[in-house]
Amino acid sequence: MLRGALRFRAKPGLLGRGLNTRKGGSTLDWAGKVPEIKKKIQSFLPGGDWNPLYDTSHLPPERTDVVIVGGGVLGLSVAYWLKRLEKQRGAIQVLVVERDHTYSRASTGLSVGGIRQQFSLPENIQLSLFSVDFLRNINDYLAVVDNPPLDLQFNPSGYLLLASEKSAAMMENNVKVQRQEGAKVCLMSPEQLQNKFPWINTEGVALASYGLEGEGWFDPWCLLQGLQRKIQSMGVVFCRGEVTRFVSSSSHMETMSGEEVTLKRIHEVHVKMDHSLEYQPVECAIVINAAGAWSGQIAELAGIGRGPPGTLQGTKLPVEPRKRYVYLWHCPQGPGLETPLVADSSGAYFRREGLGNNYLGGCSPTEEEEPDPGNLEVDHDFFQDKVWPHLAQRVPAFENLKVRSAWAGYYDYNTFDQNGVVGPHPLVVNMYFATGFSGHGLQQAPAVGRAVAELVLEGHFQTINLSSFLFSRFYLGEKVKEHNIF
Amino acid sequence: PRVGHKRIQYLHLVAPLWNGGTRGIRGMSSAVAPEGNQSKWGKLLQFLADRFYDVEALREYLFQKQVSKIHQKNRSFTYIKERYGPYVAGAYFILKQGGAVKFQGKEWIRSSGRGHYSLEFLNFQATPVEAVDASGCAINYQGLDNLLALKELQSLQLQRCPHVDDWCLSRLYQLADSLQELSLAGCPRISERGLACLHHLQKLRRLDISDLPAVSSPGLTRILVEEMLPNCEVLGAEWTEGLKLGPEKQSRGTASPIPA
Repeated sequence: MLRGALRFRAKPGLLGRGLNTRKGGSTLDWAGKVPEIKKKIQSFLPGGDWNPLYDTSHLPPERTDVVIVGGGVLGLSVAYWLKRLEKQRGAIQVLVVERDHTYSRASTGLSVGGIRQQFSLPENIQLSLFSVDFLRNINDYLAVVDNPPLDLQFNPSGYLLLASEKSAAMMENNVKVQRQEGAKVCLMSPEQLQNKFPWINTEGVALASYGLEGEGWFDPWCLLQGLQRKIQSMGVVFCRGEVTRFVSSSSHMETMSGEEVTLKRIHEVHVKMDHSLEYQPVECAIVINAAGAWSGQIAELAGIGRGPPGTLQGTKLPVEPRKRYVYLWHCPQGPGLETPLVADSSGAYFRREGLGNNYLGGCSPTEEEEPDPGNLEVDHDFFQDKVWPHLAQRVPAFENLKVRSAWAGYYDYNTFDQNGVVGPHPLVVNMYFATGFSGHGLQQAPAVGRAVAELVLEGHFQTINLSSFLFSRFYLGEKVKEHNIF
Repeated sequence: PRVGHKRIQYLHLVAPLWNGGTRGIRGMSSAVAPEGNQSKWGKLLQFLADRFYDVEALREYLFQKQVSKIHQKNRSFTYIKERYGPYVAGAYFILKQGGAVKFQGKEWIRSSGRGHYSLEFLNFQATPVEAVDASGCAINYQGLDNLLALKELQSLQLQRCPHVDDWCLSRLYQLADSLQELSLAGCPRISERGLACLHHLQKLRRLDISDLPAVSSPGLTRILVEEMLPNCEVLGAEWTEGLKLGPEKQSRGTASPIPA
């Protein structure tokens, strides 16, 4: 307050000086006197270098419209579309809360960065088609004045999926669906495969599907940076902190059959600051759970799943972190420039990395041998025992290779049906989900962000109908199974 | 390991004339300059934007307008396509952009410096287009639709096209059955990632990949492309090119990837 008063006093002084200049009078005197007077007033005040009681500029705002929990590529994409689809400039205030601002454990940066349309569900194909269009025009969508254009480093090399005798029929069906949705995918017989990619051993391959357009891999970090840059220019507040508590009110109701239902509404989100005990309660209207692998914890924090099992209240968000390894190896005689991302029928996959005969790949472990997701340490034996044999069998050149490095990342694994969860929770009415994409969240993020933003702003899906990805399917037991997950 | 290739007889389908001189260069320079930076108007806007936030919105609007102008230029002519067929529609698109086309057994048709061209090609509805010279045209991913409909296209010149990028190259597989000559020389946005898609074009006999500033290691890329297309003569990008990093190379950096 005092400081404000001081400023107020100083201002007429400056104004006076301005007027004097115009008159051409005693300008020099004034110019010297103003700081002198300022100094005098300051010396009267106790403490000299006085600050307001408490500087709160590092804290998130006290109230905002939407709080997005998780600043990964999905959370940022929701923020971007909320701001882009708002009816009026500045109509909606958005706060993104990210716990790990270096993204050291975030799935976004640790991803292999692939994008494909070869899914079995029409929804997934549509999401991916929209996203590839977004990525192609990324410099139109995410252009920021005075910033250099983004270099997405998209490798349009396509995906090559191999099917055994057993799964060939399913692959044929999937490709039919993909083509109906507009994806450019072709089927290949083992002979055609051998002609096109002579380095593949076609033993045990009955059918292959190969993406011709809009499939490949890109730099996930670039997309993340681009989104971050853009949303900040659009006025979204980005905050480094952790959501520790939801303050909500509940109202009890009874259904016709006498069941008691508790509807909850979140009013405040407590955001704990990084490396401190300080927290800021943020009043908000809508919370978006885009916490990726940890979104199950956030849901629990909001009271989702706390209830007798078998009821809607007792239905948990079935999303948990699953550790996946990625290995980078060097193989001098390996496949050349034309190499697509090859996904073997055994589940192992690999792709070319750069020009120097480097490749990276991995394999999803079976349900029984799931590693402990507590840390991000790499199990090198897993490559020796589970990945390499499959790779060497498929590509004989990989008999001789040298692992250069490896890392691990998390899948936001949906244990129910390996598909995303989108839309509001039926009981905690203002919590929306954008999570659970089990490894294909990065490539679908642009489209999912738009879908969630439409749901928030319009109340229904407009571009892509994702009603089969709503939370209620966990309670109703309706699995929407995606077959192409690796 | 360079793959030895036998001597190949070139199809002499390359346009005899250098494309409209000034037009090509001017067309490109205006597209390469980020948001008309060099003009006075651009400088004024820059000056204002540094001081007032609202001007940023105006600049963003102008940027969006520029983008939509390129989109507008690359739209397909559905009416012409329906009435005259894909060949005429493709030829019309290219001529309108300032390029040149060659119908099978006919002479090259190109627009004059002012963008005029004779309309006699409207009668060639049944004659396939065998060569297109789109050098310096503002053709992009969308506009490529018009070219991909020309199923008998044997020679495609895309020299110094500012909007042709890796995404465009990934669509050329649709011409795999006919394309024999392809020139991508001087395209500022093409990198080795896009060149990797050319493995679909197994009929290709001649590929020009010289002077691509976005390719990180031109020498290695050329070797890999030659391995990928063993029957094709690859021009440009000498293997020594990656070794010398003279000042000459720096000056070429003006043709860096651009927004829009």
